Amino acid sequence: MTRPGGAATPIWAVLAIIAAAIVAHASYTADLSAFLPRSPTATQQLLIEQLRSGPAARLLLLAIEGGSGAERSQVSAELARRLRADPAFVAVNNGDAAGLERDREFLFAHRYPLSESVTPERFSAAGLRAAITDSLDLLASPAGTLLKPLFTRDPTGEMLGILDTFRAGRLPRAAEGVWSSPDGRHALLMVQVRAAGSDTDAQQAACDTVRRAFASSLGAIPAAARPSVTLLMTGPPVFAVASRALIKGQVMRLSALAALLVAVLLLTVYRSLPALALTLVPVASGALAGVAAVALGFPAVHGITLGFGITLIGEAVDYSVYFFVQQAADWQHSVWPTIRLGMLTSICGLAALLPSAFPGLAQLGLYSVTGLVAAALVTRFVLPAWLPRELAIRDLSGLGARLAGALPHLRRTRIALVPVALLAGAALYAHRGTLSHRELSALSPIPAATQALDEALRIEAGAPDMRYVIVASARDRESALAAAERLAAPLEALVEQGAIGGFESPARYLPPLAVQRARQASLPPPTEIGARLREALSGAPVSASRLEPFVLDVERARSAPALTRADLEGTSFAAAVDALLVRSADGWSALLPLAAVGSGDLKPGAVAQVRAALAGEPRERTVLLDLKAEADRLYSGYLTEAARLALAGLGAIVLLLVLALRSPGRVARVVAPLALAVLAVAGVLVALGGRLTILHLVGMLLIVAVGSNYALFFDRSSEPPGRASLPLTLASLLVANIATVLTFAVLACSRVPVLAELGSTVAPGTLLALVFSAQLSRPQRPAAPAAAAAAALVSAR
Amino acid sequence: MRRGARPAGALAALAFAVAFAAAGTADEATSPQPVEYEQLLKLLAARRHGHVTFTEVQRLAILDRPLESSGELLYDAPDRLEKRTLNPRAETLVLEHGVLTAHRGHRTYLMPLRDYPQVAPFIESIRATLAGDREALERLFRVGFEGSLAHWSLLLVPTDARFARAVREIRIEGERDAIRSVDIRHGDGDRSLLSLGPEVSP
Repeated sequence: MTRPGGAATPIWAVLAIIAAAIVAHASYTADLSAFLPRSPTATQQLLIEQLRSGPAARLLLLAIEGGSGAERSQVSAELARRLRADPAFVAVNNGDAAGLERDREFLFAHRYPLSESVTPERFSAAGLRAAITDSLDLLASPAGTLLKPLFTRDPTGEMLGILDTFRAGRLPRAAEGVWSSPDGRHALLMVQVRAAGSDTDAQQAACDTVRRAFASSLGAIPAAARPSVTLLMTGPPVFAVASRALIKGQVMRLSALAALLVAVLLLTVYRSLPALALTLVPVASGALAGVAAVALGFPAVHGITLGFGITLIGEAVDYSVYFFVQQAADWQHSVWPTIRLGMLTSICGLAALLPSAFPGLAQLGLYSVTGLVAAALVTRFVLPAWLPRELAIRDLSGLGARLAGALPHLRRTRIALVPVALLAGAALYAHRGTLSHRELSALSPIPAATQALDEALRIEAGAPDMRYVIVASARDRESALAAAERLAAPLEALVEQGAIGGFESPARYLPPLAVQRARQASLPPPTEIGARLREALSGAPVSASRLEPFVLDVERARSAPALTRADLEGTSFAAAVDALLVRSADGWSALLPLAAVGSGDLKPGAVAQVRAALAGEPRERTVLLDLKAEADRLYSGYLTEAARLALAGLGAIVLLLVLALRSPGRVARVVAPLALAVLAVAGVLVALGGRLTILHLVGMLLIVAVGSNYALFFDRSSEPPGRASLPLTLASLLVANIATVLTFAVLACSRVPVLAELGSTVAPGTLLALVFSAQLSRPQRPAAPAAAAAAALVSAR
Repeated sequence: MRRGARPAGALAALAFAVAFAAAGTADEATSPQPVEYEQLLKLLAARRHGHVTFTEVQRLAILDRPLESSGELLYDAPDRLEKRTLNPRAETLVLEHGVLTAHRGHRTYLMPLRDYPQVAPFIESIRATLAGDREALERLFRVGFEGSLAHWSLLLVPTDARFARAVREIRIEGERDAIRSVDIRHGDGDRSLLSLGPEVSP
């Protein structure tokens, strides 16, 4: 082995320092939006924005469990008081009397601009008579006790009408003076965090603040009761924080574990600490270069990408294994070209991920390509210069010789590959209908139990996940509100018909100016109202003179300035309007979530009816979105794209092999074991009831990328002039494969689904790729002297 | 919610005084309960179904004349109560599993009683008496029994201050397992009297 010129080490050192500086200054995220699309339609973009940073992304749902109802109520009140005093929270709502009182006062004070039933007809003599008669009927009912205090100011029952339409907003139940779950087991609070949803650090701080405030709030109840009272917390901020913590913890732990296992393996094999230390140089260099490249190429490095870093340990370590184990005299000419070709095939495969619109995949591609090139180059140019003159690693010739002796036996079992291929093919064919997972939730790292808690608390709070939303977009706020207002009547009709259970609208809380003005204009002037009332009340059990407060309120409402967003401040309607009326790319959008009748989703017929109701609106401006279908369609698009990219990668690999090997037969022998390995793994995965996700596809690409090295080494050892020793090649392949299988097996144990899927695909896949490559390898041609020596060695045993 | 002027005339003041005096008598009428009280509750609990006519007269201080209505009252043990008002306008109120549902015209209103504690005593008084549900009765009211099984009278006074603001006292009179009248005196002095007629044959 010749020592290359001294330039390599200084260049490596400078690049390493630069890369380290870039890595140190990069920003890191575990935001799941890396797994959301980058180039969706305008409407999808709006939704993603909402998911990432809209008010919904900042909403925490808290449930206090245990203790008695009164104790939960006291803790809820104290917790709300503490959180309201903290500027980190925009709104804290626990349904307490103070909050309800503010809301009711607001509604009562603005009942005329807010009430849908305010029309000129309602304030004619006949209209007044009908409305007041209705109110008198209600006064006679058990609810009368609630309405009595309002009657003289609001005899037409506007307040009740407003409350009735607002009930579609489905606030939680109240018990012991605070919001409670319907079964009374939980006191509920809704808390809106001020910081952006994408600011995971701030969300984490907010979650911690809530936990601390809860611990302090327990002081409101007797010490004996405290241990039984616990806090449940859910919502997007909790998810963001939990998934980041999970990914971070997993990445650190799994990387450490994989590195440890590989180190133990290599130490066992080498019996040399210096060799082990030198082996880690290309791996570490590759990882550093990979992260630096991603940091340069993307706004933030995703935690998952670092998790994929483990995959690099698996592959980059192979290079040094080949380097140390196959220490042929002219390594650079006999072994390096094969490594180089293997590296190039890996790069061809992985580079196919670069154009992915899925930022997570693109990062993985860039990371792997850069990391592999760096690791291979360091192995080739830096490592030889550092090799001590007398590096003694264990001689693996014995192991290699045994492997070489087993090889002919293995070749004879190649007929078994036919049933393997047939069975795998049959399994894939049998499951062809359910082959791939087409739901975005397949990628979520949030444990099922956490998701179940979220769903349960949302249902308790009357805030189930919205699935169907009408999005009405317009140039400005007012026009968006006007569009929402226009939709109210047809949607109301659908509620009456029982097609939909209800709907939300920002125009309910903040009617468009034109509507407010029309309602004001419907109110009779003071000169007329008295006469109309007297006419309306002739023969009624109440006289006009008792309704003087009503006359005064109407006069005040006629001259009041229009209601604006600022007037909502301090009420729970402010948050509702902010969530339902949002800025979009080219203006404003009103969101109108639809609720199904009862629980579950809208029936297909109801969806068609809603679409028909939208017919009067401009088609490109007002759309009904099925969020779940939209998200799944998006994901499905990515799956198709990933499949296309993977195929392109495979095509590039085959093309490269054709160019390098210049023999269709050799190309076939290299490709066949890889194709078989992928087929077998996919077959087993679907036969076990699994569904293929994007990460399985990526895993298959990695099987080909890693396995191509094995196949190429077998191909090379069968070709003259076989300058490298076959036994040593076999030994190095076995060690490299064990290292790869170990690292991916560690990954397969991850609790982050995307990492686990990758690991469980690649670990068995690379093992099979090695076995299949050996089975399909051709006996070495006698022309090779090294092979002859090996054969002599084998026969000597 | 509102701080506006509330019409409170001499009538209201008078009603208040009357109600106050009545509350005073209620205090004296508390435990120990006579044997008949227990027997009455058992008798009522044994009855699974009821269907009677009613008339109701409500005198509210804010109105010039009383509100009068009539219809039918249906009961199925232990917690379904239906009040079908036929005059002056059709309206159906159904209390089932603690939720009050009002059907007026083609509209339906839901009112979970636990969300409206002020409304609860108006309805729970009748339901719990019909069901012979001593636990529910005594959770909400101090109960005074007078008379005999053949002709009894229960005086219910809310124990909770929040209820007391809505309801001063409720006097329920009846004969054996049949309720004859429910006289509710509101916290603000208003009064409503529900008179129940004989059983309607199905």
